[in-house]
Amino acid sequence: MEKTVNIFLFGKKYEVPADLTIMTAMEYAGYQLKRGCGCRNGFCGACATIYRIAGKQELKMALACQTQVEDGMYIATMPFFPLVKQVYDIEKVTPDQMIMMQLYPEIYACVGCNACTKACPQGLNTMQYIAYAQRGDFKACADESFDCVMCGICSSRCPAGISHPQVAMLARRLNGKYLTPDAQHLLEKVRSIEAGEIEAAMQEMMNKSDEEIREAYNTRDIEK
Amino acid sequence: MYPEKFQESIRKVEALRAENAALEPVRMTAKEKEELLAAYHPDYREHEFENLKIGPNAGDKVPHELADMLQAHPRIHEGDVDLENPAYDVDVLIIGAGGAGCAAAIEADEAGANVLMATKLRAGDANTMMAEGGIQAADKENDSPAQHFLDAYGGGHFAAKKELVYKLVTEAPGDIKWLNELGVEFDKEEDGAMVTTHGGGTSRKRMHACKDYSGAEIMRTLRDEVLNRRIPILEFTAAIEIIKDDKGAAAGAVLLNMETDELFVVRSKTVILATGGAGRMHYQGFPTSNHYGATADGLVLGYRAGAKLLYADTLQYHPTGAAYPTQIFGALVTEKVRSLGAKLVNCDGEVFVHPLETRDVESAAIIRETGERGKGIDTGNGQAVWLDSPMIDLKNGEGTIEKRIPAMYRMFLKRGIDMRKEPILVYPTLHYQNGGLDINTDCMTGVENLYAAGEVVGGVHGRNRLMGNSLLDVVVFGRDAGRAAGQHTKDVTVGTLTLAHTAEYDKQISEAGIDTDLVSPKLLPNYVRERNTLTGPEIQ
Repeated sequence: MEKTVNIFLFGKKYEVPADLTIMTAMEYAGYQLKRGCGCRNGFCGACATIYRIAGKQELKMALACQTQVEDGMYIATMPFFPLVKQVYDIEKVTPDQMIMMQLYPEIYACVGCNACTKACPQGLNTMQYIAYAQRGDFKACADESFDCVMCGICSSRCPAGISHPQVAMLARRLNGKYLTPDAQHLLEKVRSIEAGEIEAAMQEMMNKSDEEIREAYNTRDIEK
Repeated sequence: MYPEKFQESIRKVEALRAENAALEPVRMTAKEKEELLAAYHPDYREHEFENLKIGPNAGDKVPHELADMLQAHPRIHEGDVDLENPAYDVDVLIIGAGGAGCAAAIEADEAGANVLMATKLRAGDANTMMAEGGIQAADKENDSPAQHFLDAYGGGHFAAKKELVYKLVTEAPGDIKWLNELGVEFDKEEDGAMVTTHGGGTSRKRMHACKDYSGAEIMRTLRDEVLNRRIPILEFTAAIEIIKDDKGAAAGAVLLNMETDELFVVRSKTVILATGGAGRMHYQGFPTSNHYGATADGLVLGYRAGAKLLYADTLQYHPTGAAYPTQIFGALVTEKVRSLGAKLVNCDGEVFVHPLETRDVESAAIIRETGERGKGIDTGNGQAVWLDSPMIDLKNGEGTIEKRIPAMYRMFLKRGIDMRKEPILVYPTLHYQNGGLDINTDCMTGVENLYAAGEVVGGVHGRNRLMGNSLLDVVVFGRDAGRAAGQHTKDVTVGTLTLAHTAEYDKQISEAGIDTDLVSPKLLPNYVRERNTLTGPEIQ
């Protein structure tokens, strides 16, 4: 007999195999998921979930696809959270502190409770990246927030109403576009393609017979 | 920390680690690869396929599970919806909001078209989001689009449509630049040079990455740009049928609200199918690395409307799906783990294949090692081999794993396995649909005004796709499709809408003697446990 645990989905009890995740346990219990299920691999942030273990005070936050069930788990899913996403023109913004003040001024109302960091299922230092955003250090904000899956759990715990994932998204785009040096070899290659300089080599390749191209493939040198 | 049953094998792996890490295994000859594939690759198991009886590809073989969906009944027919009063009337309808759909939306918008997107889950719920390893582009000095062409075309067994590969490789550097200018954070050196590595089957180091969140970083940036442009997206809204006009051109779709079952009609001048792949069809019973919605819907929608498929019998089994523990069974272990120096070893710790052969060859080699050769590890949930991840830090220095593949490190650490110190167990997982809708260089299918881009398309990768060419594919062909479909709207006058082709399809099903109760597209897999409904739950 496989080991089972009792869990409570929205307060209702189900006995499920102990090695399931919260997501697969819901399916085992009979839920055909529509909301709250995306990549099933911890990348998309669709399955934000809140739970409490019976007899304990602490509310825990997790991704349902990444978290194994435990006995006495009281589970509520949070398949959508109303984050604030401000629109902007990436070509027209400038990567300085003003842009945060304009688009996400609520970050300056952070009370430093650190609830966002404690709740992050990716283990990110969320409050710290918001602090970086406040002072316009977008590179630090981008680095600290890079592994964010935008599940919105942090924001659900925030007394200041900050939409952390969207703040970080803006910081990363600013950093990627404006603050990181351009790849010169890339610009050069694009220029050469646009100037038609690769066309002869491409046509030569395209016009090879099947036999010639097989030979070229099988004998090509491979960079070490 | 692994249970005791794996420890003996792990000790063998550890004993040979230094020696294995230094080893440069021989690559297989073309002939050896062909023989290995024919004997062990799942695409060659004839009994897993059947010939289609109806439609544009009648007589061609496809997996049973796909045949069932392609030859199932439409969900609706003429008369079920009011085609004369569409709920939306737009220039371009894009079905799917993953990488290809969002790239297409941006370019169609840029072309001045009025765009509507529909997706059955959320925007960004797509295989693009889960692509870990990277994106190819020949942008270094020692590399060229022609060299990239050779790798892609040869890796696909000389079966790809050359004119599509041409677009893929020549537009690649420009599209990397475009992504970077949108704010995608590629891994770079201090001076801005791209950090690039090998992938299986590449002859130059041209794999660009964003740690091992490459797809997620590209996806979230494209989605953010779509939102910035205020392009409307109908989420949790599936397309269940392409609408045509009386001239036989695609002219919209019937959409289904996944939560309320409401049906409504979109009329559009052009339609782009960007519905992605099919891992959740679980061909041959394989687990999958794909997202929840990967159910081949686009193939069904296109096929029923009259579009031809190309290479629908070729699937990609990613050699390194997580095989242990069960909570991550089938999840992707990025090829980048091997790019960075980890090798595949058997239960005795022996290297049995060069780590950077193409994916089909790697998968076949693992299936041979665990099958006929009996050198696998029994996980309790099937066979597996070791991917000796500690080799990475051994070769590149401590900290490499945390820095370059943080998602992998996190995934295993959550299960109590420290991949910096312990090897990981892997087995092939259903990863990618190599085949799909046949398109021309304008991304148009065989149906007038019906475009396709991304994984739903066949022909770009031949019979096997290289790592890093799918993220590239969604961007290149997503943009191209959006541009073409957007510009073409100026020349299109939509005729009278019709769903007559669904009735015609049903007629063909019955004339072919196909006895089925199934309806398609599938929309979502069913993972609900079959229950004994005679006994209720215990009363507390």
